[in-house]
Amino acid sequence: MNALGVIGGILQCLLVIGGAPLLIGMMRQVRARLEGRAGAGIGQPWRDLRKLLRKESIAPHGTGEVFRVAPLLLVSTTAVVALVAPFVTTASAVSPVADLFAVVALLALGTVALALAGLDTGTAFGGMGASREMTIIALVEPTLLVSIFALSVRVGSTDLGAIVTSALHDPARVISPVSLLAAVALGVVIIAETGRLPVDNPSTHLELTMVHEAMTLEFAGRDLALVEWASAMRLTVFLGLLANLFVPWGIATSAAPLALLVGVAAFVAKVALLGGLLAVGEVFAAKLRLFRVPELLAGSFLLALLAVAASFFLAQPH
Amino acid sequence: MSHDLYVQLLDLACGLLLITSVLVLWRRELTVIIRVFALQGAALAALVAVLAVRDGSVELGVVAVGLLVLRAGVLPALLRRALAAAGEQRRDVRPLVNVASSLLAAAVLALLGHAISRPLVALAPSAATQAVPVGMTVVLIGFFVLVTRRRALSQLVGFLLMDNGITAVGFLTTSGAGPAVELGVSLDVLMVVLVLQILTTRMRDTFGDTDLDELRELRD
Repeated sequence: MNALGVIGGILQCLLVIGGAPLLIGMMRQVRARLEGRAGAGIGQPWRDLRKLLRKESIAPHGTGEVFRVAPLLLVSTTAVVALVAPFVTTASAVSPVADLFAVVALLALGTVALALAGLDTGTAFGGMGASREMTIIALVEPTLLVSIFALSVRVGSTDLGAIVTSALHDPARVISPVSLLAAVALGVVIIAETGRLPVDNPSTHLELTMVHEAMTLEFAGRDLALVEWASAMRLTVFLGLLANLFVPWGIATSAAPLALLVGVAAFVAKVALLGGLLAVGEVFAAKLRLFRVPELLAGSFLLALLAVAASFFLAQPH
Repeated sequence: MSHDLYVQLLDLACGLLLITSVLVLWRRELTVIIRVFALQGAALAALVAVLAVRDGSVELGVVAVGLLVLRAGVLPALLRRALAAAGEQRRDVRPLVNVASSLLAAAVLALLGHAISRPLVALAPSAATQAVPVGMTVVLIGFFVLVTRRRALSQLVGFLLMDNGITAVGFLTTSGAGPAVELGVSLDVLMVVLVLQILTTRMRDTFGDTDLDELRELRD
């Protein structure tokens, strides 16, 4: 644990927790403008959260601790990832947790907690949403692991900070086939994992198709605010990982105030750019049928596997 | 051209070969498949062009231009014409193996391709031979497309995919077997596509469809 890691970790936490609703607001605004609507403004998710946080949270009759703990678990696991992953600085506050496997497991833990909460309500929608989420996550987790693993092969370490540092020292690596294959695979699984458009539509409550919304139907008040906040934070964390694993430029390597400032600015710019691209893509994309989703995820798994194979077999440029 | 740049361009062309062959397996629209196939032809030509620049060989350069014209221009155009003649049936709706399983099968084929080309790579390890597993994977995926698709046109794409893979392996292992050989092989491929195109047209005229599974009985 060093000073850079601690300062960076606190900065990252504040950025992700405070900026995630703004990212969602920006993406909604981009979509609204492209669809010819005025839009509610970038601050609207924050206003919604403030309203929900003032309200009493009501748990449905017959639900147990699983339902009550799930929002807290979801928020806290995501916050831990925001604290340790290399977003603003390459150093990590708690470096053993900045490991590829630990980060993916933490993110999966949050998803599983939410799915269990959906089951705990005992309603048809909660169970349906949980079952769909488990179908998707069963294909997403291996792809997520394998695609980042493809990048870690060359570094010889599964530490995310080490992967980012090595990409920073060797910028030519960004256009290698390994990076391209892994980036496409990671992009697809991030869209699936955060419930964005081709897989799940975040802006509807249509019973036949919803995945994430079905699990959160029974939450109210503060709990609902936490769940919504956490899903926004997850999107920010995933987009930040995608950006920094493949385009790490601007990330702070020293604790100088200027370097940290550049790191923060680069992180915000990269995530905003990726979020904007995702929103623009969503305007033109239609939702896939649920039975076609495994096809999409199997394809991205294959790309991730090819990336690992290529990183072992293709010649190293040195 | 520096060694690092050469290796990177070579690897990039190989990565493009891989991605396009996966896309052929992934997509159902025949128009998209043909476009992807044209892109793969361009990637193959780029691969040969990189080898030509590295060796400073004019012959290889000519072969690269020939490959570009044939695989990214003439063959896709022929396929597109056959598709336009086919009329409304533009999708391979029910491959014998569903798309998700065939993608997973392709993953196994990729590992198999890497396994069987290891002795080849060990013979003369260099940047070019280390990319041989990619060519082998393309061959295997092409064969898989050939045996699991129902429509004659998508089987033809599988055959061409296989041929692209064989050409890639040939150039990566030998740096070109001479323009005469390559010219002969390319002409053969062109002949096969022309013959198969005529055959497809005849089949559709006679039976009204090119789904090979429907051809169960002999007619006159």
